[in-house]
Amino acid sequence: MTNNLRVKSSKFIDETYKISFKFNNKTYYGYKGDTLASALLANNIHLVGRSFKYHRPRGIMTAGSEEPNAIVQLHKNTSRTEPNVRATEIEIYEGLEASSQNCWPSVNFDIGGINNFLSPVLPAGFYYKTFMWPASFWEKYEYFIRKSAGLGISPMEPDPDIYEHKYIHCDVLVIGAGISGIIAAKTSAKNGFKTLLLDEKPYLGGSTIYQNLEHFKINNQISSSWLEKEINEIKKIDNLEIKTRTSVAAFHGYNFLLARENLTDHLPLHQRDGKVRHRLLKIRAKKVISATGSLERPLVFDNNDRPGILLSSAIEKYSNLFGVACGQKNVLFTNNDSAYETAISLFQKGINIEAIIDNRENVDSKLVNEIEKNNIKIYKGYTVVNTFGYKRINKISIMQLSKDGQKVVGSKISIDCDCLGMSGGWTPAVHLFTQSGGKLKFRDDDQVFIPDTYPSDQISIGSCNGEFTLDEILSSISKKLKDFLNIKKTEYENLEIQSHFNKTKRNIWLLPSDKIIGKTKPFVDYQNDATAKDIKLALREGFRSIEHVKRYTTTGMGTDQGKLGNMHALGIISETAGSRMGELGTTTFRPPYTPLTFGTIVGRNVGEYFDVSRKTPIHDWHVKNKAKFENVGQWKRAWFYPKENESMHEAVQRESKAARDSAGILDASTLGKIDIQGTDASEFLNRVYTNAWSKLAIGKCRYGLMLNEDGMVYDDGVTTRLDENHYIMTTTTGGAATVLGKLEDYLQTEWPELDVYLTSVTDHYATISVCGPNSKKIISKVIPNLDLSDKKFPHMSFKNTKIDKVKCRVMRISFTGEQSYEINVQANYGKSVWDKCMQAGKEFNITPYGTETMHLLRAEKGFIIVGQDTDATMTPIDLQMDWIVSKKKYDFIGKRSLYRSDTIREDRKQLIGLITENPKEVLEEGAQIVLDASKSPVEMLGHVTSSYYSPNLEKSIALGVVKGGKNMIGQKLIIPMENKQINVTVTDPVFLDKENKRLNA
Amino acid sequence: MFLIHCPYCGEREQSEFKAGGEAHIVRPKQPTELSDDQWAEYLFMRKNIKGVQFERWVHTHGCRKWFNMVRDTSNDEIKAIYKMGEKPPTKYK
Ligand SMILES: [Zn+2]
Repeated sequence: MTNNLRVKSSKFIDETYKISFKFNNKTYYGYKGDTLASALLANNIHLVGRSFKYHRPRGIMTAGSEEPNAIVQLHKNTSRTEPNVRATEIEIYEGLEASSQNCWPSVNFDIGGINNFLSPVLPAGFYYKTFMWPASFWEKYEYFIRKSAGLGISPMEPDPDIYEHKYIHCDVLVIGAGISGIIAAKTSAKNGFKTLLLDEKPYLGGSTIYQNLEHFKINNQISSSWLEKEINEIKKIDNLEIKTRTSVAAFHGYNFLLARENLTDHLPLHQRDGKVRHRLLKIRAKKVISATGSLERPLVFDNNDRPGILLSSAIEKYSNLFGVACGQKNVLFTNNDSAYETAISLFQKGINIEAIIDNRENVDSKLVNEIEKNNIKIYKGYTVVNTFGYKRINKISIMQLSKDGQKVVGSKISIDCDCLGMSGGWTPAVHLFTQSGGKLKFRDDDQVFIPDTYPSDQISIGSCNGEFTLDEILSSISKKLKDFLNIKKTEYENLEIQSHFNKTKRNIWLLPSDKIIGKTKPFVDYQNDATAKDIKLALREGFRSIEHVKRYTTTGMGTDQGKLGNMHALGIISETAGSRMGELGTTTFRPPYTPLTFGTIVGRNVGEYFDVSRKTPIHDWHVKNKAKFENVGQWKRAWFYPKENESMHEAVQRESKAARDSAGILDASTLGKIDIQGTDASEFLNRVYTNAWSKLAIGKCRYGLMLNEDGMVYDDGVTTRLDENHYIMTTTTGGAATVLGKLEDYLQTEWPELDVYLTSVTDHYATISVCGPNSKKIISKVIPNLDLSDKKFPHMSFKNTKIDKVKCRVMRISFTGEQSYEINVQANYGKSVWDKCMQAGKEFNITPYGTETMHLLRAEKGFIIVGQDTDATMTPIDLQMDWIVSKKKYDFIGKRSLYRSDTIREDRKQLIGLITENPKEVLEEGAQIVLDASKSPVEMLGHVTSSYYSPNLEKSIALGVVKGGKNMIGQKLIIPMENKQINVTVTDPVFLDKENKRLNA
Repeated sequence: MFLIHCPYCGEREQSEFKAGGEAHIVRPKQPTELSDDQWAEYLFMRKNIKGVQFERWVHTHGCRKWFNMVRDTSNDEIKAIYKMGEKPPTKYK
């Protein structure tokens, strides 16, 4: 390794454990404990990717989940490939392969980089303005844009990993295991609360754990040593569960949180098989303590985005935690004391610091003094005005700030460097707090938003609450925890704290330049290439709301959600528009805080577990007999049973013919069944169906139509009166659950005085329907004791009987227009009764048929299917089913709506039959129906709802809905198709046996 | 996700429940006596307020019982839950 910038061993890095990995196809080495970012920096690599819009070279900027630039694609072209992985978070493992994304053909030579030189013509809103209009231009741009832009490549193969979900309930959830979180978790657990502590990093202790300056001490120990002892102690507490590599993605109301526990992403690929990769934790906490810390702010100046420009705190972390120097000629640029902490850390490790540029004119603190004592040059009251170097920073120029900070004065000074650290102060990480519904307040002193009102039982502590220094945190934490947890005392009441941090800061959101703003590129949102110039343009163009400016400039809309730049955007807007910052509000922080993989979200609900599938007791028989299935709701229904080389059409034609010529058998077990009992059952049915029920005799069946209160058809089915106060209702297969829900709603909320009980019995019974001219003969063989004569057992009646010793209900009802019997038997006898029917029907060529044939047979009879021939806009009158609407009943659900001005319109769409001029031509369901296709715009009269070739009528038949169709019998209409027009004639919807002779044939 | 205290089962996750719109809209006893406008008022008009709202909820994946809820829609705070037929608490009116 020629460019080894590993400067000093760190206890967080295991230098005895060398790991090789590939970046852009080249092999490098790092150590166990490294992130991809720290390992690349140790190899002196800063250039990692290209920016989204201008394709500017970009490097590693941060050391955490807020990283906007260093996002990479892992394991390209494999099933485990993943885009948009932050190099600053992924831990290296043997065999890791990462590549730059958003650049083509390579990170070093990128065609899109030309956008950088075209940037005067690519201002904010450019994509909206250009590519959205005229629409036809988009086709031309699209290819180029898709190729050169975009954030990584989605995996193309099935995900080999396993994901799962887990529910966790706890008394206290602590988010973040920095010094505040550790103290809070220990206090909570030691007081008997079941506590859960989460941190996104693989280690505990936040930024304090690698803090080793003499300037920060607790009880006379260096803060990291003190904290290390605390961490060792909390690991031993029983009722404290600690999860690292676990990031909270969402904080919802009522203290419901989602967190992603990362279990295998740090392991070599061959060690991951069979293990759960990510676990989505669904946490319900009685109390939540947010200790999510804060994010360092960059500074906004011309060309502040070059590789080699990092946050000052990131430079400190790379040196202290990973033992890596980010550069050999380092310059720090700051408006507060934080950069001096970094400087002292670097200095102690022998890492060279060229200079510190400080916005502040008068600074006096122990940290600053120590730097001065060591002869490091500090430019006080200066700002960086420009940076140089295309793929890596090599020089900066600085100028003095005017007294008011609005301009630069004097002459330019150049400083050579290979790394520039920026510190613009700190922004509390309030994202989760605001997601939970919390309201923020603006603190003018140091220009930060901090939590104000809490919507649930929660508090924020530490720097996410705006307490940035060790003494601020530790002097208040004890009282806060006592109040929040309602406890008498903590171990942290009298800590002796030494903290030499001077809090003064000189906040300038957009630093002045010697150039006019139009000639500069001061980036605010690095990932989306939004500059201060773009924000000012948006304001000039009239945008005022922060939400509008965000969308127009795309500030904060990247995968990092603008964690670094949102505050600067707000600051620049308020300065430009002359409004106070606290009054502008903030943009909404939406979950997830950091991106989640789809795998994590779906968990185990993949493949056959994606949704529940329901199977009838006869399902295995259908499978064995080669049925094709269709999904109806969650049910698997036999669709048709192809023989040998039969097509679907051939199978359906054969099945349909057999059912009418001799006998067919259908598994109807999926129909919804609701058992209705109670002394008011008849009255109840009167109110929910359109027709009258009081006079239905025991042992009789009746077809019923159910409406919504708006008069539109909702469901239909046959209901049978089993006894004086006992009915069984059938519903459509898909409607069973919602019908029961609706009936319960009316019973409980509108008519609680009715004595009626509803029970879903759909799964309790198997239903076998045998139809056709020979059905009677078959049933008489299966149930020899049952008198099947039309006199004793007429159409629309039912009998309680037995097959052998098994009780069953037989209904003589028909959905095909053929004589037909429906046997309902306890579900576990379903298969044996089916077999008996098949056996008895053998001599009559009994033919099993599926849903497709059922649909065809009912269409021949003009019977509707709710949901196919109706949508939620069809009344019974529209369906030409006036006969089922009782005139005598005073009220039923939907009755009043049947004579609203809209429902009595003559030109409503009405159900009709359609016959094609060419009897072989089968219409397409959904096809439009028009009268005159030559007039533009063509008036749409309606559409085809059901269409089949009828083997029994030997012609094509269709049902459709047409405006005013009722009065159009005989009318010729046109179905315009892509390449032709089909001539049709409107007919009555009943095509076969209008007199119902076949029912008793 | 709310935690909802079903008056029959106790505290449960929101995912077990379904919301059923505005509460205390009584189905007219004599719909045939109503004008189109009066019927439309019952049929279509529902409040959607930012603030305290009276709502119907049902414990779909539990006891299947309907009940009423007083909820502040601005922050999802559930102020009261009471059974069907019980008088709504007056202090939120
Ligand atoms: Zn319940």
